[in-house]
Amino acid sequence: MGFPAPSKDTNMSEIPGDLKFQKSHEWARVEDAGQVRIGISDHAQGLLGDLVYVELPNVGDRVEAGTGCAVVESVKAASDVYAPVSGEVVAVNEMLADKPETINEDAYGDGWLLLVKADNAEEMDALLGPDDYAELIENDES
Amino acid sequence: MTRKTILNATHRAAGAKMVDFGGWDMPLNYGSQIEEHHAVRRDAGMFDVSHMTVVDLRGTRCREFLRHLLANDIGKLKKSGKALYSCMLNERGGVIDDLITYFLTETASQGRLAREAGASATAEAKASPDMRRTRRAESAQESADSAKEWFRMVVNAATRDKDLAWIEKQAVAFDVKVTERPELAMIAVQGPNARSKVLGLLHADDRERVEKLGRFAAAEARGPDGMSLFVARTGYTGEDGFEIIVPEPHAATLWNALAAAGVHPAGLGARDTLRLEAGMNLYGQDMDEDITPWEAGLAWTVSLDEGRNFIGRAALEKQKAEGASRELIGVVLDDKGVLRHGQRVLTNAGEGEILSGIFSPTLGKAIAFARVPAGAPENLRVDIRGRQLPLRAVKYPFVRDGKGCAGI
Repeated sequence: MGFPAPSKDTNMSEIPGDLKFQKSHEWARVEDAGQVRIGISDHAQGLLGDLVYVELPNVGDRVEAGTGCAVVESVKAASDVYAPVSGEVVAVNEMLADKPETINEDAYGDGWLLLVKADNAEEMDALLGPDDYAELIENDES
Repeated sequence: MTRKTILNATHRAAGAKMVDFGGWDMPLNYGSQIEEHHAVRRDAGMFDVSHMTVVDLRGTRCREFLRHLLANDIGKLKKSGKALYSCMLNERGGVIDDLITYFLTETASQGRLAREAGASATAEAKASPDMRRTRRAESAQESADSAKEWFRMVVNAATRDKDLAWIEKQAVAFDVKVTERPELAMIAVQGPNARSKVLGLLHADDRERVEKLGRFAAAEARGPDGMSLFVARTGYTGEDGFEIIVPEPHAATLWNALAAAGVHPAGLGARDTLRLEAGMNLYGQDMDEDITPWEAGLAWTVSLDEGRNFIGRAALEKQKAEGASRELIGVVLDDKGVLRHGQRVLTNAGEGEILSGIFSPTLGKAIAFARVPAGAPENLRVDIRGRQLPLRAVKYPFVRDGKGCAGI
């Protein structure tokens, strides 16, 4: 018990400053050695409602920027997750198989989806910063 | 244009996530759909179902009319207050809608709602010389008995317009007066503790009578501040509880009183997962005008009683004699994943499809209704994004008394 309500008034202060976003609501964080951690935004989990199933790629699979790399399913719908960068999958969040609701509880932390060794970290430059993403979802809601 | 129930502002103030449902702006959830589902299974939840259409039927030939209109036999309703679930079919045997009909009488034990409506029916009769002539043609005894009877139907919201048009068209030949009651709101209170929480809000003099209501029976009662209620022991969750019809001006007061009594607001999302776990069909998803009750798992609602010529009967008898080519079955996905409407089902006897499909919060896995070739086909699989996963055919309901049924 204890899923959070969909955050109706997401503001910038709730979005970690080291994240980049796609308009399709995926986040990406550059970590050590050119690795990029990927998840869906807190706004996205709010729109989806309670998550009940997550389909992840296998470690070693290739993902291509802008194409589907995972599927998240909520009580409401199945949604494709688009890779923000191209590269090779080096880890997936195996805890989500039994506890998909972790994404509802902590979208930017324990609810991450996969870790990719990026071919070209410069692909990240094309993504939205936290302020631009906050503005995007604010316009979404009005 | 999106329509709003009288409780719309109440839902929004509670932070509900709203969605369009059959042209109505309705709460999908108030935060977590899964928590709302569990609240109904374990305690008590309430749903605003005011979008559903209440229709009152009056006339000396009303019973005869309903024997013609409905695939189930209204003759089963012998005691005032009893309710019947039925399909309303077209001539092809396809389902126009599924609905509940209550048999009611205007007697001393009935309260104000019936008397009010009775007064308006009398006014209608005065205004209609044709109807008076028809009534005079009846034998005096029959007229005296049947004039006291009336019926109340509750039909789906999304099918309102076509339902009313169909009912009115069929009613002409029977001189039955069809009156929609848009000024009535409806709140479903469901769960193992639902009845006791509702009873606590009723006038002390009405409690015992309402507490004794059997399943699928209704009675009038007074609620908070003496408001007039129509309380039916029916529902769409598989749990015990009441569906309460209340005049719009009192709906918010009743809703808030229920909330104060510890009843959890629940949205359409939880309503969908609860009703499918309970093995109940949803119109538009599990059956429609091109699907007969035989093909929708609704044979139990069809009464082929002798001598009753209801609409669609000939088509149903023909299909029964020939054997329907497809059937509705319950299925479980033991693998991880979610069954959803429209997914392709493969069998050794040909293809089928997922009708209603959900991730069941009570069972922790996906369940669905599927329409497949008739004759209990084997080697069932579902195609989810190009992957074939095995399905297991099961008897439904999937959940009863808050727990998964044996073999699910």
